[in-house]
Amino acid sequence: MLLAVLSGFILAALAPWLTRSLQDKAGWVLALLPAGLFVYFLSWVPVVVAEGAQVVAYPWIPGLDISLTMLVDGLSLLFALLISGIGTFIIIYAGGYLHGHEYLPRFYAIMFSFMAAMLGVVLSNNLITLFVFWELTSITSYLLIGFHHEEKESRWYALQGLIVTVGGGLALLAGLIMLALAGGSFELHEILASEELRDYGFYAGMVILILLGTFTKSAQVPFHFWLPNAMAAPTPVSAFLHSATMVKAGVYLMARLNPGIGGTELWLYALGIFGALTMFTGSFMALRSTGLKAVLAYTTVMALGTLTMLIGIGTEQAIIAAMTFLLAHALYKAALFMLAGALDHETGTKDITRLGGLRQLMPITFITACVAALSLAGLPPLFGFIAKELMFEATLQAPLISTFTTVLAVVSAIMIVAMAAVFSLRPFLGPLKETPKKPHEAPLSMLIGPVVLAGLSLVFGLAGFLPATALVGPAVAAVHGAPLDFDLYLWHGINLPLMLSVLAVVAGLLLFWQWDRVLAVYRRMTFIDRFGPERGYEKLMDGLVWLAAWQTRLLQNGYMRNYLLTIVLTTVGLTGWTFFVHTGSSAPLGTIEFAVHEIVVAGLVVLGAIVASVTSSRLGAVATLGMVGFGIALLYVFFSAPDLGTTQIMVETLTVILLVLVLFRLPAFQNLSSAAARLRDAVVALSLGGLMTLLILAVNAVEVTDRISDQLVAWSYPEAHGRNIVNVILVDFRALDTLGEIFVVGLAAIGVYAMIRLRAEDRKK
Amino acid sequence: MSTAMGSLILRTAARFLLPLLLLFSVFVLLRGHDEPGGGFIAGLVGAVGFALYMFAFDAARTKTLLVIPPVVMVGVGLFAATASGILPVFVNLPFFTALWWPVELPGFGEVKFSTPLIFDIGVYLVVLGSVMKIVLALAEAEE
Repeated sequence: MLLAVLSGFILAALAPWLTRSLQDKAGWVLALLPAGLFVYFLSWVPVVVAEGAQVVAYPWIPGLDISLTMLVDGLSLLFALLISGIGTFIIIYAGGYLHGHEYLPRFYAIMFSFMAAMLGVVLSNNLITLFVFWELTSITSYLLIGFHHEEKESRWYALQGLIVTVGGGLALLAGLIMLALAGGSFELHEILASEELRDYGFYAGMVILILLGTFTKSAQVPFHFWLPNAMAAPTPVSAFLHSATMVKAGVYLMARLNPGIGGTELWLYALGIFGALTMFTGSFMALRSTGLKAVLAYTTVMALGTLTMLIGIGTEQAIIAAMTFLLAHALYKAALFMLAGALDHETGTKDITRLGGLRQLMPITFITACVAALSLAGLPPLFGFIAKELMFEATLQAPLISTFTTVLAVVSAIMIVAMAAVFSLRPFLGPLKETPKKPHEAPLSMLIGPVVLAGLSLVFGLAGFLPATALVGPAVAAVHGAPLDFDLYLWHGINLPLMLSVLAVVAGLLLFWQWDRVLAVYRRMTFIDRFGPERGYEKLMDGLVWLAAWQTRLLQNGYMRNYLLTIVLTTVGLTGWTFFVHTGSSAPLGTIEFAVHEIVVAGLVVLGAIVASVTSSRLGAVATLGMVGFGIALLYVFFSAPDLGTTQIMVETLTVILLVLVLFRLPAFQNLSSAAARLRDAVVALSLGGLMTLLILAVNAVEVTDRISDQLVAWSYPEAHGRNIVNVILVDFRALDTLGEIFVVGLAAIGVYAMIRLRAEDRKK
Repeated sequence: MSTAMGSLILRTAARFLLPLLLLFSVFVLLRGHDEPGGGFIAGLVGAVGFALYMFAFDAARTKTLLVIPPVVMVGVGLFAATASGILPVFVNLPFFTALWWPVELPGFGEVKFSTPLIFDIGVYLVVLGSVMKIVLALAEAEE
């Protein structure tokens, strides 16, 4: 199971090399991995059907009782099968669609990384692992949307998708941690078994944070705008990430958590209302789109809204409807996307209004598009029909928000029927229209996926018991928390859902007939573009840039003295505030006894500091600062810290060398600061010194009974084979800290080098 | 700078002092686990040696004397330090568990090879590389 997830990453590393050596056959050969994974996951189906959810654990850090666990149940299997199954066809398809593209090797590498990350999301049992994979899907999605990175638009939309989903991801992280606190574990199967999640003190906050993550990921209103923009990606990406898999990660998480935190009024209202609004917005915007991919993108928004709404409603009917709809949508949407890509690829345009009369030139595309679009429109005998009937039934029976959801569901269904007709009929019927490329049928690699997936829509529609027992049933059991007995079939008798379906189809066809007029009406509704949430996003980005510029001008103004002032004042403010608030002025101050030689050295240090700050000679300042440094080194030696003392001496020596190097370049000392500024600096310096003195005296007064240093001294030789405790701490006890420090040292060196070089190059110009 | 600073006395001294200081820095590095010393101090001692040499001669000559570019030194050091932490993972011990391989060398006594030693060598290289990078960059900007 672990290998199943990681194999995608391994292949991703090899993919560029394989793609180059396999040339034209790369797509077909690389598709063997997802195909193999599909078969592997299929072999789990009987296990899960017979024995229920399985937890597969791999020990990771056994000392801390951390293991890598994976949860295999109906829900994760349904998703895993969709990811690997559709992934197989996408990989083959991409070989044809991006045939000969110079970045094809890179494309496969990112695509397989994405696939592995997505499998990780749906199979993780640990919340942190889930989150890591979740973010990985965002990052790979970013790289894929921005695939055509020479185009400014691609980059902008890629960044938009990333900022929206990763911003939501931050909220999600907080939400997941709260969930772990509420459930007392980071393991999903333990959390969901807990009965107390809904009584958790911060339940509302936790749910809202988690939903911020899932809503952004699954493009719910008002965050839906990034998804249609993500169509800047090549079509295989849109078909895989932005319809069938990644955008459903949010839906997955809501479905996954439903048995644990669902079923409350907050859950019902949040998911039900936002889901229904998203469903409506998606179909409303789809109706006005003329781009093939834009239509599909907005119908995807519609589908994601529907799924969210159904999970929110949460009745038995609704869960069955949600899982059925999930499967139906993945099948027809992936097929439609690949067909849209085929049309675009063979004709050179994505604009529906510029396509027509292709039925004889692209017959297979035409028939497949009709089958898939029938499923999208929800007509018998396709699987989409069953899903839609179930959806109507669920909204009719929904608690509290039944009228609201049903009305929106019917209105959306009408518009979707119209768009399904537009998509499947407009490019193919009527007279042949002039297109940028001379159209002909797409190659086999680009047709096999849509044909198989559309065929499955038909088979599942006619034989509903197949998906019901193997796929939807176990998934429903996982989302509902307990198995449900149900069957999927086309004919439900003449009832209200059927009447609503008929209404939707009739009204939808009317809309299709009058589509050109509808478009004209939309064109007058300019407020959509002017006041949509995307404007909000742009305003937010502008605001961020403005804020960054403002705070840079304020804080990073390039004056060393201002940096020092800020650092010192912040330290004094925060430390002093904490000190006085927590101990008041009543803190007992310890006393320190001095030896004569200590007083002499300390006096020299102070004297050096005073001379350094009043001298008017540079060399004098350097020398007196050296006096301060060597004095402190001497003090270290007095207090038996020879390591520190030596280091201090070395640092002092080097500082003098560095100062001498820059000294010649500087002009003579001038008195530039006013008396007031000097007074201010003196006050700041004295306040820091005073505070540190106070702190040390206060610390000295505290009696520590069990010093950690005693423990370290005791361990040093027997445990770490070293007598120099300082060094043992540095390289053994706290080696991880030292590792961090030397990374900082290295980075600092590179930073200094860059600054010096930049200045030198500036001067040359 | 070479003309301004490079007196004959300094040059002669630097020629003798550099190997001595380098030898001393390695000595300080290796004794660090039991006596005062360690990678950090040793790196600084080595850097002082090279800096002295640079004063006597010039930056270009010091660079050739270093053989390995300072940035590479930093990279190798960071790699060694990180690797010393990962090494125990391969024998199923937690990250950064110290491993010890005491070896009896004839005529030299017992020598303790260990992952902390590798780590300390990494620290040494990072410190030496970083300081040299900065000092050389400053000196070159000067020229």
